[in-house]
Amino acid sequence: MWEYTDKVKDHFLNPRNVGVIEDADGIGEVGSLACGDALKLTFKLDENQRIRDAKFQTFGCASAIASSSALTEIIKGLSLEEASKITNEDIADYLGDLPKEKMHCSVMGRDALEKAIAHYRGEAEKKIDGEIVCECFGVTDREIERAVRENSLRSIEDVTNFVKAGGACGNCHEKIEQIIGRIIGTQKPAAKKPVRLTNLQKIKLVEETLDREIKPALQKDGGDIELVDVDGNTVFLRLCGNCAACSASQITLKHYVETKLQEFVTPEIVVEEVAG
Amino acid sequence: MKIVYADNNATTMVAPEVLEAMLPFLKDQYGNPSSMHTFGGRVGFAIKDARAKVADLIGASPEEIVFTGCGTESDNTAIWAALHAQPDKRHVVTTRVEHPAVKSLAESLAKKGYRITFVPVDGQGNLDLDHLYRHLSEDTAIVSIMWANNETGVLFPIDEIAQRVREHGIVFHTDAVQAVGKIPVDVRQSPVDMLSMSGHKIHAPKGVGVLYVRKGTRFTPHLIGGHQENGRRGGTENTASIVGFGKAAELAASQWLKDMDRVKRLRDRLENSLLERVPNAMINGNRDRRLPNTTSVAFEYVEGESILLMMDQYGICASSGSACTSGSLEPSHVLRAMGVPFTAAHGSIRFSLGTYNTDEDIDTIVEKLPPIIDRLRDMSPFWHEAKAKTAAG
Repeated sequence: MWEYTDKVKDHFLNPRNVGVIEDADGIGEVGSLACGDALKLTFKLDENQRIRDAKFQTFGCASAIASSSALTEIIKGLSLEEASKITNEDIADYLGDLPKEKMHCSVMGRDALEKAIAHYRGEAEKKIDGEIVCECFGVTDREIERAVRENSLRSIEDVTNFVKAGGACGNCHEKIEQIIGRIIGTQKPAAKKPVRLTNLQKIKLVEETLDREIKPALQKDGGDIELVDVDGNTVFLRLCGNCAACSASQITLKHYVETKLQEFVTPEIVVEEVAG
Repeated sequence: MKIVYADNNATTMVAPEVLEAMLPFLKDQYGNPSSMHTFGGRVGFAIKDARAKVADLIGASPEEIVFTGCGTESDNTAIWAALHAQPDKRHVVTTRVEHPAVKSLAESLAKKGYRITFVPVDGQGNLDLDHLYRHLSEDTAIVSIMWANNETGVLFPIDEIAQRVREHGIVFHTDAVQAVGKIPVDVRQSPVDMLSMSGHKIHAPKGVGVLYVRKGTRFTPHLIGGHQENGRRGGTENTASIVGFGKAAELAASQWLKDMDRVKRLRDRLENSLLERVPNAMINGNRDRRLPNTTSVAFEYVEGESILLMMDQYGICASSGSACTSGSLEPSHVLRAMGVPFTAAHGSIRFSLGTYNTDEDIDTIVEKLPPIIDRLRDMSPFWHEAKAKTAAG
């Protein structure tokens, strides 16, 4: 059982501002089903360019819902300049603190707000900033650096609590340690090289993993997947059946297929779809 | 507020009869069963009686019963015993859906240089038996496979597996913590070498487990100390809890197993009513080969912790396979091994009933839960997306 503050419980059980503003000025969406939480934030400005109304939709745990609700309450009445200064800590403070394992919920709120403001300002969807470190949750080195710096994080566990990185397969733990080391100035020696697979071994492993881990799951949903080619660490796949028509196929590919291949073949695998 | 306890795979209420049987051993009968005096010896007799009752429940002889501190200790003891007895063998076979008591141990053995085969399951949670049999080898020290899965209730064909494993001369252990007391378990029919049980899953208190060790199985103790448990488990006996376990075993054999038909009807009514009332819901696991008391229901597009905490408002106790409840970020390894899609895995709730559940309990859950799902879905962007998609055609 998590120790949630009364304020968290209140915002979870009686969330404020649930919904979507139809003619919103700013829209920010973060997270995914695979990650286990997601937030869609919309806001409307008044004639003085202050946030008149804000609404949210959230898929996630109690603290994700409470953080979203708190975020909408915090930003109402703020100018965009003021809103852009809101940090994840502001959200956590508003709720009277969050369990440390749940800090990523407040980070999700901050990220959605940033995105919504960028959307309003017509800034191009920010390219993924930096290099992906945690493949499971799609977290980049920049995001980790920022979290480490802003929240004085000192361990992999801390990083996982704040930005989720390192919370699943664990393959990125060494890289996370290096980032922490870099920021706090006690850099660790370079990671040891993973075992190298020959091309033939790699293709065999990809085939085995597809057959054993991936196809049965897709076939259950009336879909299927075909291996087209392997080039270096890029695996070319074709989705068939229901999967081909499914709008979530990119999520399937990136979050399910790629993760599985990374888990069973090598962490460097990248999946590319070949159109049917 | 009345508690609706539907989390009996997590733990169970101590039965009043069990508590009654235990109390003297927490009060005046505090002697050490190993003592030479009559005062301690009396406690020794009570333990002997408990041992016989536990043995009776699973068709064993009393000398095959070793009392331990918990199910986890029983599992660890069994696996280490097999490894120590055959130091030249470096291969262990288990499944991808074991309880952490076996799974985490297997993972730590892998780090120590043992070769581990984790047998996969299909989408219904059924074990890939071909995969299992294919991987048995001269080098295999032990096969450890749970009798019933704690999250889905899916049963594995232990009789058949144990028979095949025995033909290879390999030690077979089963974690039967969730099976004992819910379905008949009889070691005269099932050729298992070792079997783990836990007291608190069958209305005895926490802190006592049992490892059944078939006569003739080579065994080395895990806890090394005094001569207790016939030299197979050092440490002064948890006398009151052992007596409680004995009483619970007696009641399971005489009453509770017979009550499982009723429990199954409650479970079936619960899941059918939920499926009727809640769209985009499904049952995880093979519905035809399951424990009678367990159901794992997946509610798409909502998250398990939120469901649990909203049910908590009404005193309803259940568990979730979602990531957020465990403190880890990934949904349950069992649901993932089954390939349950993320849309459903995060919103999976396990209800596990027991002999103290009533029709009113089911009514409460069936009344309270559907509006909770509605409410959470109304907040969920994915639900709105999915609905828009359906509407669009």
